[in-house]
Amino acid sequence: MSGADGTVTRISRRGLIGLIGGTAAGVGLGAAGALAVEAAGDPSSAVPTDEQTVYSFHGDHQAGIVTPVQRHLYFATFDLTARTGRDALQSLLMDWTAAAEQLVQGRAVGKTGAVGGSPLAPPDDTGEALDLGPNGLTITFGLGPALFEPGRLGLEDRRPARLTPLPSFAFELLDPAISDGDLCIQACANDPQVAVHAIRNLTRIAFGRARIRWTQLGYGRTSSTSRSQTTPRNLLGFKDGTRNILAEETDELDRHVWSDGEGQAWFAGGTYLVTRKIQMLIESWDRARLEEQEAIIGRTKGEGAPLSGGSEYTPPDFAMHSTAGGHAIPDDSHIRLAHPDFNNGQRILRRGYNYVEGNNNLGQISAGLFFISFQRSPQQFIDIQNSLAKDRLNEYIRHIGSSLFAVPRGVRPGEYIAQDLFT
Amino acid sequence: MRLKALSIPVAVAAVAVGVAGCVRNEPEEGTTTIAVTSTADGCEVAPNTVTSGTLRFEVRNEGDDVTEFYLLAEDKLRIIGEVENIAPGTSRTLTFLAQPGSYFTVCKPGMVGPGVGEAPFTVTGDAVAVDSSDEEAFAAAVASYTAYTKTQVAELVTKVTEFADAYKAGDDERARALYPITRIHYERIEPTAEQFGDLDPKIDYRKPSADAEGLAWTGFHRIEADLWLDAARTADEHKRVTEALTPEQRAALADQLVADVQALYDQVHSDDFVLTIGDITNGAIGLLDEIAAPDGKLPGEEDAYSHTDLYDFYANVEGAEVAYLTVRDIAAGKDGGAALVAKLDAEFAAMKQLLGTYGSYESGFVAYDQVSQQERNELAAQLNALSEPLSQLTAQVLRVS
Repeated sequence: MSGADGTVTRISRRGLIGLIGGTAAGVGLGAAGALAVEAAGDPSSAVPTDEQTVYSFHGDHQAGIVTPVQRHLYFATFDLTARTGRDALQSLLMDWTAAAEQLVQGRAVGKTGAVGGSPLAPPDDTGEALDLGPNGLTITFGLGPALFEPGRLGLEDRRPARLTPLPSFAFELLDPAISDGDLCIQACANDPQVAVHAIRNLTRIAFGRARIRWTQLGYGRTSSTSRSQTTPRNLLGFKDGTRNILAEETDELDRHVWSDGEGQAWFAGGTYLVTRKIQMLIESWDRARLEEQEAIIGRTKGEGAPLSGGSEYTPPDFAMHSTAGGHAIPDDSHIRLAHPDFNNGQRILRRGYNYVEGNNNLGQISAGLFFISFQRSPQQFIDIQNSLAKDRLNEYIRHIGSSLFAVPRGVRPGEYIAQDLFT
Repeated sequence: MRLKALSIPVAVAAVAVGVAGCVRNEPEEGTTTIAVTSTADGCEVAPNTVTSGTLRFEVRNEGDDVTEFYLLAEDKLRIIGEVENIAPGTSRTLTFLAQPGSYFTVCKPGMVGPGVGEAPFTVTGDAVAVDSSDEEAFAAAVASYTAYTKTQVAELVTKVTEFADAYKAGDDERARALYPITRIHYERIEPTAEQFGDLDPKIDYRKPSADAEGLAWTGFHRIEADLWLDAARTADEHKRVTEALTPEQRAALADQLVADVQALYDQVHSDDFVLTIGDITNGAIGLLDEIAAPDGKLPGEEDAYSHTDLYDFYANVEGAEVAYLTVRDIAAGKDGGAALVAKLDAEFAAMKQLLGTYGSYESGFVAYDQVSQQERNELAAQLNALSEPLSQLTAQVLRVS
């Protein structure tokens, strides 16, 4: 395939891990459209993971959506401070855009960076990424439903109609302290410190205008760089490959991911971002019999093949019956219920990460999946999630955090994120 | 309303507060003379409304004690000018270039306590151009801030004595009421007190710090643990605070605190006590760092038993604001300064307004254990909003332009 800068990149990767969905992936996901790989070391290599990779901040769509998934995530949400009105929000988005343009280039933020300023003043940039290179950093901004509440910022007539809080779902156990937010920033990079540096400096820039509501670190790139590599496994121990939407599937992206704006210029070319923090009941899962684990997922644990047979990349045959009666891929298995065939063909673009946060006070592992999906309408996620109400996997997971954001269209040089909101 | 311009204090014929370049030893044309009469219980100032320009206060002591005269800023904390050591029956003068604004005058016969005859003093008219070098402006700022520090420590001596007396006498209710009020004067100037390495540990250490350094646990927080004994027993999971102190132990602790605070007074009133402009500006950010620290006010660890953290919080902010206002016009007068002081003016006001929703020194602040996590988060966010621009103050004040 060809990137926007003309470099040929053959980027083959497994689809993204997700608890939703589960067909064998292994179809290419590459840097496409405006999301140029500007400095991939070897143009014929797989996904450029070296530290010099740069993804442009500019384009029709924001980076960090169809961009090849980097290895690390730092996701942050913010609430505006009580005094922050429309003008302060506008200035914040301007300042964040300027800083993001510097950060994705691997540069320090501000006029004088980390060490170039007055010795008597704190440096503009915090400095922990000084020698690390751009590492494929992408910074993706989103706006939460609460920003558009009537009487708050005067933005109620700029609200896309579908930007309303998600409904409640079966088996969720949501903690408000790790849900929702006025604004979000998704920082993804191949080095965790680069992603942390980005959020840390953007947080500092926001002091007085917005404050952190909650954050999430994620690790474990949930896809491989080529079919020749071993597919990474999620924390359930399965190759939970998914039928993800891929960067070069432009028609599918237009159909399932990119919004026409719903009449809002700032949102035309944007998309909806859903996050779900999904805790895994690791100890219980680890005590489930192998055959039970495989029946729950719908795949073999070792090879990752669908239970209808074949190898990892064989399409699942949902009609096939097992010798014991019933479907080979059980009716309540995860990959069946999440598959587009059982969801009116609806697809979403997933970009989740594993998380481990030590242990809780009962000695249990605090770990799971930080699920991220992008879709043209929140309804796509809602329908699939409702389908998963019957999923046997629910016995081993709980959704504990949730959020929905509208991701504005991408910007050209000289523009700032969501600027059409203010015109 | 906030003073629009810093009045550079100049004391002449007296212990100088300012040594700025606009010292005028003799009355000159255009100087307004104001008569001040200090008595045992009064501080008569006439006239009390004048137009901006050079003012000459002629302070006559008609009382029986040595007296002092102070011209205070509108916040009653900053000292614009002072004349000390006016013997009974004598006069001394204070001359300074006054900018329009609201001030207060006060006399302090006996040179301790809050003073007598505090009254408003108003300067009307237009701002007066000041053409002073950095050196002059820095010297004036340092002199003003040094006088402020001395005043706060003097007030601390008075308050600590009352507090210690009540505690020693077993009047726990009064001691508990005085505890947060007394600490105000310490918290306003804490970074200065911390310059004297051995005093802050004795006066203000919490138990873990004292234990870690192998010191006997003394000072405010030891007494706090005894005054709020049930809370201390609950909070100390190691059960080290269990017994109420005996009257003898109380007396020893109380006397020690008074002695340590007196030692602090002696230090800041000695000729060796010298502050720099950087001490002032860095002290300002240091005061805010005291609030946000993991063992500070924001997490509610400073006053873990009494839950009076908001008094300390407010006093730290006041102290930082005094330091800021002392150098505000220097900062404003240099490149990029207007934007910084506009930001700091707004953020200090917002911080104090937010704290004001929890009470005041006079009416009392809400106990900090009653402040929800969400409310603490709001306080933290505003503290960040203030601290970030304040961290630029030193570089701005010392900028060569």
